[in-house]
This record gives sequence, structure tokens and C-alpha cells, in this order.
Amino acid sequence: MNDRLKVRPSGGQGVAIRAVTDTVIGTLAVLALLGIAAPVTAQDEPKRGGTLVQTIQATPRHLNPAVQSGIATGEPGTQLFAAPLRYDDDWTPQPYLAESWEVAEDGLSVTLTLVEGATFHDGEPITSADVAFSIETVKANHPFKTMFAPVRNVDTPDDRTAVIELEKPHPALLLAMSSQLLPIIPEHIYGDGQDVTTHPRNSADVVGSGPFKLVEFTADQHVILERNDDFFIEGRPYLDRIVMRIIKDAAARTIALSNGEAQLSGFEESPQNINRLKKAEGIVATPDGYGAIGPITWLAFNTRREPTSDPVVRRAIAHAVDRDFVNKAIMLGTSTPATTGIHPDSPFYSDDVVLYEADLDKANALLDEAGYEIGEDGMRFGLTIDYGWPGIKASAEYLKPQLKKIGIEVTVRASPDFPTWAQRISTWDFDMTWDTVFNWGDPVIGVHRTYQSTNIKEGVIWSNTQQYANERVDELLEQAGVETDLDKRRELYAEFQRIVADDVPIHFVNTVPYHTIASEQVGNVPGGIWATVQPLDRVYLK
Amino acid sequence: MLFAISKRALWAVLLLLAVLVLNFVLVHLAPGDVADTIAGSMGGASAETMDRIRADYGLDRPFAVQLFDYLGRVLHFDLGYSYFFNRPVTELVLERLPATLLLVITAQALALVIGTLLGVISARRPNGWWSHVVTLLALFGYSAPVFWTGIMLLIAFSLMVPLFPVAGMQDVTIAGNAFEHALDIAHHMVLPVITLTSIFLALYSRLCRASMMETLGADYIRTARAKGLSESEIILKHALKNSLGPVVTLAGLQFSAVVSGAVLVEAVFSWPGLGSLALQSIVARDTPTILGILFFSALVVVIGNLVTDLVLRLIDPRIRHGA
Repeated sequence: MNDRLKVRPSGGQGVAIRAVTDTVIGTLAVLALLGIAAPVTAQDEPKRGGTLVQTIQATPRHLNPAVQSGIATGEPGTQLFAAPLRYDDDWTPQPYLAESWEVAEDGLSVTLTLVEGATFHDGEPITSADVAFSIETVKANHPFKTMFAPVRNVDTPDDRTAVIELEKPHPALLLAMSSQLLPIIPEHIYGDGQDVTTHPRNSADVVGSGPFKLVEFTADQHVILERNDDFFIEGRPYLDRIVMRIIKDAAARTIALSNGEAQLSGFEESPQNINRLKKAEGIVATPDGYGAIGPITWLAFNTRREPTSDPVVRRAIAHAVDRDFVNKAIMLGTSTPATTGIHPDSPFYSDDVVLYEADLDKANALLDEAGYEIGEDGMRFGLTIDYGWPGIKASAEYLKPQLKKIGIEVTVRASPDFPTWAQRISTWDFDMTWDTVFNWGDPVIGVHRTYQSTNIKEGVIWSNTQQYANERVDELLEQAGVETDLDKRRELYAEFQRIVADDVPIHFVNTVPYHTIASEQVGNVPGGIWATVQPLDRVYLK
Repeated sequence: MLFAISKRALWAVLLLLAVLVLNFVLVHLAPGDVADTIAGSMGGASAETMDRIRADYGLDRPFAVQLFDYLGRVLHFDLGYSYFFNRPVTELVLERLPATLLLVITAQALALVIGTLLGVISARRPNGWWSHVVTLLALFGYSAPVFWTGIMLLIAFSLMVPLFPVAGMQDVTIAGNAFEHALDIAHHMVLPVITLTSIFLALYSRLCRASMMETLGADYIRTARAKGLSESEIILKHALKNSLGPVVTLAGLQFSAVVSGAVLVEAVFSWPGLGSLALQSIVARDTPTILGILFFSALVVVIGNLVTDLVLRLIDPRIRHGA
């Protein structure tokens, strides 16, 4: 990964840093001419043709990821729209709509050079003006403000060149240029003055830049996509059609995959279903590919309300929660332990943190020392535990008998649906809550929001609802956000993870066991770091 | 008769208005709003985004203002725009209504016909083994939860013996003419309809059996037997029409139950009807859509009851000529 910033002298504007993937582009071009997909680990030659039936779990609000984040829009949206970059397993950016890019030495600008001859689904050329328009649209409307906030301006000296000018160095920018986060949308359609967030072309007659075109989107039924014959990557996509069937019930999806009605499904998370599908014949279930999603399930504390405002109480509870038990017994061995706010698959993950191993004696000792006496009923004090959806019900209920062993009376508060839970947590009406939050690739996008004291916003779910404030953490995050040297950045995040583990505003327990389920007939099952929210142009049916 | 219908119509309108106001209040009492849902579906949202969503949908206005604004628009036949899908509610609902109606009407009709048949057969020999079978079946169908029945059927006939599709209303991967598409939809309909029918089959068969038994004990039946009419003639020509009254009345009353049962069936079978839209809209706090669906369901139930009344008048002359 360090190769990304190799220095090579060149004339003209002095020293420029050129991506090493230039050589990869060259190789790709040769391979593309030979009609073989990259990366070059494929055993069989991909066959062209066929219809893939994929199941998705929710009806998307609409199909434009530029103004609607999330997986529901992302699964079809990343087929309809291309992005400047794409990513493989090792977090190295690969060329996509941008055939090359340069990050300036001072980190204050990134220059993209687009591939030649790329067109939208209606035949209009994809130009740098569209890239500029897309970045402005995402910056103004996308819910993740930190992705493009430092972008000052996008210059377009010619049709194939876009120069992104930044207020400060912004290493997260490259990750933000994936299809899930920066789809390139046509200015000639969306620039007509209507509000892009409610634009009618988001759901019907979608004109995109990606490997597949929209045939039909019927809410609660399906999204039907067909091959874009003029896709800018020669010979791709391999599939004729993708039918994304919307099946909300996990049991129904499992049956559909088991009896062959569907051949692909991403983001399956029920441990029972995963284990059942792992044993089924003709089916492959893999946890690989969710690195950029980075989903972590954790126990969050309200740090401004007694007694969880006392770090000793939080540490005691952390020692009482047995990560092993949750991962092996509750998640049936499908998930892996999480120990920090950064997902273990991320290049910024550091395991050099206090782990709070399960130790009930230590927990009891901590509480005794701090003066929380055991009352007549055998309890020191009572706490409530919230949870927002049925998937983590078991973990919430587990706390009741477990924390009883250290003298804490736990009341489980179930919420009938998501908005009820979101309202409670975002208005700080909670003691403890289980929660699942995604990293979204670069920590700047999905991690900072949980810990920055400036992001304590009432009424906003998944802000700093713990109301955690640590000056050093604020400093570290700000520095890490603008640090372009990878090693220095990792050090900053390592210290951040150490401090957060010490303060324990959140006790990290397990990663969400997202699995991609595929029939053995599917070749090049999507993996990398974006699972099924990346282009499926390399997927084929054997 | 015209007066009776117009009186009903007036009550229906008042009922619909009451449904709307009551449910508007209920939805607003529930904690959280559509901005929370949208943020939830997106994996989070900034404070500015959430404020903007709330302002766009007028959620920051006082409650009374929101209520009267909505009622005002309804009186102009404008059901508003879905917060979640950004499409006119009327369009959304009319898109889904046929699917639910297909399910509901087929299930009701089947339950009525089969229920009546079973009821008649078991009434002929009230202590015969067939009567006991019907009673047992009835108990089972009525007490088993809808979603359990649905999933059991799925496992039996979609997985173990793959005869029927797992989910949805049609198979889009096949091309074909209109007849083939109709067959395809019928194929997808079998399991959901069986599930929905099973609940009400129980009710109608038991009621028909009881009603039939009572009718068969009446004096005029004894007269008919004395006159020498065959048992089948007695049952089909005389007893049946008179015993159908209670069954048809119950069917009318059950219309609302069938519609709500359809919600669960649609969830299990991913049937793209009003039920699944209703569930999703409630969870999403998509107020205009919820109210639009409730409006249409209330309409369906009112019309269902009106039709039931008319049918009753047709089959029972005592009502026709009565006070």
C-alpha cells in the first residue's frame, strides 16, 4: 500500500506523485483486449451471457446513491452508475472511470484523467463536467458531509481532466470515489434545476454511467437490469441481465437460495441462516468483502448520566460482558470479536488496546472499590438496556443475567421499530444501548462522527450520542483526517483507539457477520472491500 | 332501499373522516419520525440533512397545523406524496391494491364456498366422522398463527417438495403471453391463498354447520320430508338459502379481518400488496402513505359490507320486505 505514494521526477510542474497503478492499467488494457477479467486469479475463462437472480433485502427509496446512502440503494445503484475508482481486496484503488490520477505533493489537489470514449446510457459522453457536477451534488445532498466537505472547487481544464481542489489535505477522498459513495451522474439530466434528492429520474428512466441499464424498478417486487452494450470496459459486463428480487423475509431468502431460485445474496446476517446455507449443497457462503462496510456491534453508554458517567462503572460492565460468549453462543460462531471502533479488516485497525477480558471478579472488585455498595436485594443499582431491531435482541437479553452477577439490575427496553429506538437514543434517553454502526471505509467518513465532541447533536441518530468528549481524541481525529502519510496516519489512529478503549464510552463486542451467499454456478463472486455494493461487471455464470 | 343506501353512504363518509383523524393522531404519538427512518436506511445522516428533511415535509410545524392542512387536502381528493418514495400516495396505493384484492377476494370466495360445502356435509351427519374432521380442521386453521402456517407451507411445498415458488407474485425471468402470465400469477398465488383461506374456512364451515343444523330442525323441513322430497332436494332447494344468512353476515364482518390477515401473509410471501406497503410505511413513519392506505382499506371494508347487505337482501326475502 505504501507504493501508492512512490515519488518519480517529471518535468513541467516539478515533482509529482504518480500512482503505481499506471502499470496495472497497462496490464488491464492488454488483458481486456484478450477478453480476460482482472484480477488475474480466475481459474476458468468467464462466459458471456445469462441472467443472474440476486435477492435484496429492502425496497430502495430510489436508485441514485449520490443523494441516498445505504445498502438498499447501493446494490442496484452501483450497477447503474460508475465511479472514478474501484477497490480490490487490499484497499488499493484501481482505475475505473478514471484511468489515472495524481495526488499533489502538498495534498491540496487531486487530478483525475477519465477514460476515453465513455458514454452514459443515453449515448451522451461522460465528461469532467459530469464529474464536477456529481461531486457538487454529493457534497450538497449526501448525508455523509465529511466525504467532500474539504472540496473547494472542481476545475475542468478539458473534457477528460478534473482537478479537485481542497481546503486541506484529505486522504479519505480516494476511498470516497467508490461507486457506493460517488456515482457519476449525468449533468444533462440532473442539472435541470429540480431538486436532485426528489428528482423523478431517480426511480424511472434512470440514465447512468455503469455496466448495467435499468429495465424496470417495481417497489417491493424487483429491480431488473440489463447489460450496457456500450460500457467503457471492453467485453464487460458478462451477464445479460440481473434480476434483483426484493425479498424482505430472511427465511424466504434462505429458501430461495437453497432451492436455486436465486443465485446471489449479499449482507446476509442471521447466524442461523448463514450456518444453514453454509451446509447447503451447491452454495458458497463467504464473510469476505465487507471491509469497507466495516460493521461493528457495540454496547454504548450514556456518559452524561449517572452512574454510566463514571468510567469505573463502564469498565466494570466491559469486564462482565464476555465477547467470546457473544461471538460463539449468541452469534453461533459466525462473527469475529471487535475490540476498537475501527473494523479489524481496515488498514487502520490497531489491536494494541486494553481488551477488558471477561472477568467477573475484577468487575465486582472495581465496583466495590468505587463505593457502589450492594443493597439488600443483592443489587448495587439499576440500568436500562435498549436495542433497535430484533437481530440484537439476544445480546440485550444476555446482559440481564450476566450483569446480575456483578450486582446490576438490568431492565431490557424493547423498541417496536427503528424510529422509536432512534428517537430515544438521539435524545439521550438511555443508560446503555446495543448498536451497530458502519465504518464506511475511511475513518473520516464513518468513525469520526461517533467520537468528536463537535458532533454531539440532539435528535440526530448515529452522531456522538454517547456525548463523549476527550480533547486529545478530538485533536487526534482532526490531525488524522488531514495526514497524507499512511504510517503517520496509522499511528494517530492507533493512539485514538488506545484512548477510546481506556475511556470506554463504548464497549466493542463483535463484527456483524455479513456473508455473501452465492450458488457455485456464479463466477467472480463480488468480494474486495465493497461486497455487493460494487459493480458486478466481472461476475459470470458458469 | 335507496334511502337505506344513501344513509349508509353518509355514515361511510363520516367513518372515513374519523379513521383519518384518529390515525393521524396515533401516528404522531409514536416516537420518532420519517427523518429518523431515512437516516436509518442511509446508515446515518448529518444534522443539516435531518433538519432539511424535517423542513421539507413540514414536520417542524405545530401539530394542529399539520392535521388541518392534511384534512384540507384530502377534501380536495389529494392524498399527498409519500415521504419515503416521493411519489403520489394515490399512485402508490392503486399500484398495490389489485394485488391485495386478488388475494383477499380469492381467499374470501374460496373460504365461503369450501366452508359452506364442508358445513353442509357435516350438518347432514352431525356425529359422523366427517363432521369431526371438519371440526378439527377448523380448530387447527383458526388457532395456528398465519405466519406459521405460511412458513410451514413454504418449507413443505417450496423447499422439501419444490412445487411452488418461494416469494413474489410473478417470475420475471420468463417471457410469455398474457395467458402464460396469468398462469404464472396463479401459480404464485396458491400458497398465500391457502394460508389466508385456512383461517376463515374454519369460521364459515363451523357457522354453516350450526346454522344448517338449526334450519334442518325447523317445521317446514319436517313438512318437506313428510311430503317425500329427497334429502338432497331438501338441503339444496330449501335449507341452504335459509342457513346462508348468518354465514354471509359473518363474511361481511370478517372483511376487515381478511384485509389485516393479508398484511401478515404478504409479509411472509413477499406479496407486493397494500399489506406490505402498510407495514413498511408504519415503521417508516411515512404518514401520508399510512393514512392513504387506511383510507383505502376503510373504503374496501365499507364497500364489502355494502355488498354483503345487498347479497343478504337477495337471498333472504324476509329482509327485503321487512321493516
